[in-house]
Amino acid sequence: MIQVELPAHLRTLAGVSGEVSIEVVGKVTQRSVLDALEARYPMLRGTIRDHVTRERRPFLRFFACQEDLSHESPDAPLPDLVASGKEPFLIIGAIAGG
Amino acid sequence: MSKVRVLVGTRKGAFVLDSDGKREKWEVSGPHFAGWEMYHVKGSPVDPNRVYASQCSGWFGQLIQRSNDGGKTWKPVGNKFVYDGVPGTHQWYDGTPHPWEFKRVWHLEPSLSDPDTVYAGIEDAGLFRSSDAGQNWQETSGLRGHGSGPRWQPGAGGLCLHSIILDPSNPERIFIAISAAGAFRTDDGGKTWRPINNGLKSPFLPDPTAEVGHCVHHIAMHPSRPGVLFMQKHWDVMRSDDAGDCWHEVSGNLPTDFGFVIDVHAHEPETIYVVPIKSDSEHFPLDGKLRVYRSRTGGNEWEPLTKGLPQSDCYVNVLRDAMAVDSLDSCGVYFGTTGGQVYASADSGDSWMPIVRDLPAVLSVEVQTLP
Repeated sequence: MIQVELPAHLRTLAGVSGEVSIEVVGKVTQRSVLDALEARYPMLRGTIRDHVTRERRPFLRFFACQEDLSHESPDAPLPDLVASGKEPFLIIGAIAGG
Repeated sequence: MSKVRVLVGTRKGAFVLDSDGKREKWEVSGPHFAGWEMYHVKGSPVDPNRVYASQCSGWFGQLIQRSNDGGKTWKPVGNKFVYDGVPGTHQWYDGTPHPWEFKRVWHLEPSLSDPDTVYAGIEDAGLFRSSDAGQNWQETSGLRGHGSGPRWQPGAGGLCLHSIILDPSNPERIFIAISAAGAFRTDDGGKTWRPINNGLKSPFLPDPTAEVGHCVHHIAMHPSRPGVLFMQKHWDVMRSDDAGDCWHEVSGNLPTDFGFVIDVHAHEPETIYVVPIKSDSEHFPLDGKLRVYRSRTGGNEWEPLTKGLPQSDCYVNVLRDAMAVDSLDSCGVYFGTTGGQVYASADSGDSWMPIVRDLPAVLSVEVQTLP
């Protein structure tokens, strides 16, 4: 199971607390993790990725294992520690404002 | 006894205010969707328990929420707003072409006959419709496809479609307004549209009487006289007696004719309300005095209403969707400020009281009169 940490507003929207566990079939990538996340929590569609382009919304970042993966290919494999469920995939709201 | 429910959208959540018909004591619930910008919350006139809300955030984009119990509980519904076809370009602030991009929903207008049908006015300007209670949205693309679309330009708040008026006597007729394109009307249920800006004058345009490009801030109509429209333009308060074909100015003796809101008394179609704002560069009341102005003659002759409103050191704004009326025998008038106050008058504006005073900046106020 992949562990995903959502920003507080999206946890409220999805009705979850803490990290969510997502089952991903096949290669573990940003795309497959987000596809699985949105399939399980359809209310999140459009809040992390654009509905049409499927690109990351500009004020969100993707981190894992102390690395910024925001600009990696959505089809690049995520780190092994994420794929094995030992480390979470972090969806972070960019700091904006004072 | 009748009851009143006030739906308030703010910069940081939505609030529901309830009172009995006396409108003296108010119960406040919220914030709903705490921390999110709530541009508009509006109930169905057919089923008052059906309420729609526009929820948005710079981080997470747009959501639409629906309540089936008068705002007690909510469910996120469809948030996919995709323009019909290739969106093309409109004008940017400097006149250069700029791609049409969805940003947010400014206004939700439930149908007058079907609680599952609702219209959404969006930025960049477009009109969307859902006929399944907000699950799916389709653009009424004849509006954006009007030949003038590439000449529309954003106002300071963006290229927003902020006003939607459904004609109760003619389901094929809809009025909308866009900052800063102007007002438009369809007479065929949204297939085709025509600009209705004849008579508007905007000195900031190269041609001040151009067909489009006017910064209309809000329009209002009394349901008993759907051919009579009132408009608060960027500057100027305007009136049309022929469904927008021609407009004439009715600013009359207003101390300033800049402002955002305009609304009509529930029972007196010639009684209208505005909140004059000093100027387009100073978005607050003149002289620090918050005054609603009322005309009982459909414009031109205005009286200040001050009883219960701050008359010194008040520098709030009242935004375009932040005034509404109830339909009790003694018409109630309500407006919200960017300072977080919601003021109410239970006597058609003669006297006012804050029914809540420390909310986040108020973006919208709507009222439901309940049995």
